[in-house]
Amino acid sequence: MDLFYQLPLILQLLIKALIVVAVLMGFCLYGSLAERKVSAWIQGRPGPNRTAIPWIAAIPLLGRFLQRLGIFQPLADGGKFLLKEEPVPGHVNWFYFNLAPVLALIPALTTVTVVPFGEYIDAAGRSVPLILADLDLGILFIFAVSSIGVYSTILAGWSSNSRYPFLGGVRASAQLISYELAMSLAVLPLFLVVNGPGSEGSLSLIRVVQWQAGTCWFVFIAPVSAFVYLIALFAETNRLPFDMPEGEAELVGGFHTEYGAFKFGLLMTAEYAHLTVGSAVFTLLFLGGWNPFPGYTWGEAATWTGLALHSGLLGALLALGTFLLKTIVMIFIFMWVRCTLPRFRYDQVMRIGWRVLLPLALANLVVYAIGIAVLTQ
Amino acid sequence: MLARQSPCAIRYQRVHFCLLHSDFFLPFLMPATVKVLERRPLSFLQRTYLPGVLAGMRTTLRHMVAPKITMEYPEQRPPIPAGYRGVPTLVKDPHGREKCVSCQLCEFVCPPKAIRIAPGAVDASGPNAHVEKAPKEFEIDMLRCIYCGLCQEVCPEEAIWLQNLYSLSGRTRSDFVHNKAKLYELGGTLPDTHFKWDKKKAAEEAGNAH
Repeated sequence: MDLFYQLPLILQLLIKALIVVAVLMGFCLYGSLAERKVSAWIQGRPGPNRTAIPWIAAIPLLGRFLQRLGIFQPLADGGKFLLKEEPVPGHVNWFYFNLAPVLALIPALTTVTVVPFGEYIDAAGRSVPLILADLDLGILFIFAVSSIGVYSTILAGWSSNSRYPFLGGVRASAQLISYELAMSLAVLPLFLVVNGPGSEGSLSLIRVVQWQAGTCWFVFIAPVSAFVYLIALFAETNRLPFDMPEGEAELVGGFHTEYGAFKFGLLMTAEYAHLTVGSAVFTLLFLGGWNPFPGYTWGEAATWTGLALHSGLLGALLALGTFLLKTIVMIFIFMWVRCTLPRFRYDQVMRIGWRVLLPLALANLVVYAIGIAVLTQ
Repeated sequence: MLARQSPCAIRYQRVHFCLLHSDFFLPFLMPATVKVLERRPLSFLQRTYLPGVLAGMRTTLRHMVAPKITMEYPEQRPPIPAGYRGVPTLVKDPHGREKCVSCQLCEFVCPPKAIRIAPGAVDASGPNAHVEKAPKEFEIDMLRCIYCGLCQEVCPEEAIWLQNLYSLSGRTRSDFVHNKAKLYELGGTLPDTHFKWDKKKAAEEAGNAH
């Protein structure tokens, strides 16, 4: 640890960033596997269970178990994406066609920098949040950067110079812009509550988590916000039942119809990165982040059991584990809903966004604003 | 949509509509056992779709933990029903003797002309000495075969059988032309209660051969 802190700051940050990106990439890789496994199980199939690395699969019991679980499948998929021929159709706008997949990944990987994923309580009892960049902007930064992601979808759809991708791009732009409104309005009450009168204003996610540790999770305090945010999140991450931009039954593959090989892989990775970051942010905002129970921290859990659960490396690992577990449960719920609901029609998507979610979020905001004003009188 | 139809069709539809959907004719048109349900308007909760969504999610979760119904093919094989028409094969009788007498009926009946038989002489000192002919070569082109089973049906000696093998693979076209050795290898020996040639031989030895 000391050796790490003696490194130049830029190197320290680089190492941290690489670790976080590697973990996020792992989530993207295994997100695709989880998607396939969960939909297979729900459809009564075993899912991918054949791919094997000979030496590991030869381990008795464990190797067989990992093979049945499909652990090696993403490696095969990734290898295939890398090694396949890269087709670029003749009718595309070459520059933007190649730019779109890159642009898809940048916002997805940038948002993760302001997502805190745990806390480390040092020997002096001070809480050090585990985060790459503790921006005071927090949630605003996430909204701003993740909405840049829509440019990649629109560019991919437009530069493909073909009808289905173009329709996908148009749908993506309309859908993402519509639901961003409801999404940001839905979380405003949370920050009204957290930044009550007399406290220093901050949009940091760490602040939200710490506030929830003291009282209760926001999913219980502001259920309407959680509901609207969750539905808007489905739309923002282009997941079923809101996968208008892809809509494979009606638009072939939507905006990525003309993409293949590694560029398609990048678009998929970006999609899963959005899903992971979205789940993580939902966990932080509404499910208490890295604290285990509503209103209780690992520190309080430690006083019941008499073990030093909250401090040092063990505490940090427990907090990280709790946070990741909640995020994984959220990702599972996304996949579960995907396997349950059919896709909305485009006009239904627009109606839900503008005529249901937006008024609901606005009314919710007004109710909470009045409530806070009355309660703090 | 109506505009594309002929005026006659429109009139017919209108009459039809009026008759069927007016309450006056309803008792005459429907049997007494039909219960007409009144459609109630959806409640607020139903109009939010949420109960339906949650019920659907419960169903999918139940399916998720239910036992999987996939048959994992190369390891698990489907049960083959009796009378299945798989790959045609040549079989031997319970004594291991060749049953085919090279009558060529299967060759003539075969609709896609997949069978080629070259008749040959029978080895006078072999176990089939009492038979007139035997196939010198017997070929079934599996790229032509349509698995109709007419060869099996027509065979007077019950020598050709469509058995349980349903998956063929090969690397060249010639891999799919089964020669006599291959056909016997696939066919093996089938239980047979007739013992036709045994009876014939016994009759011959008793002096009353036909």
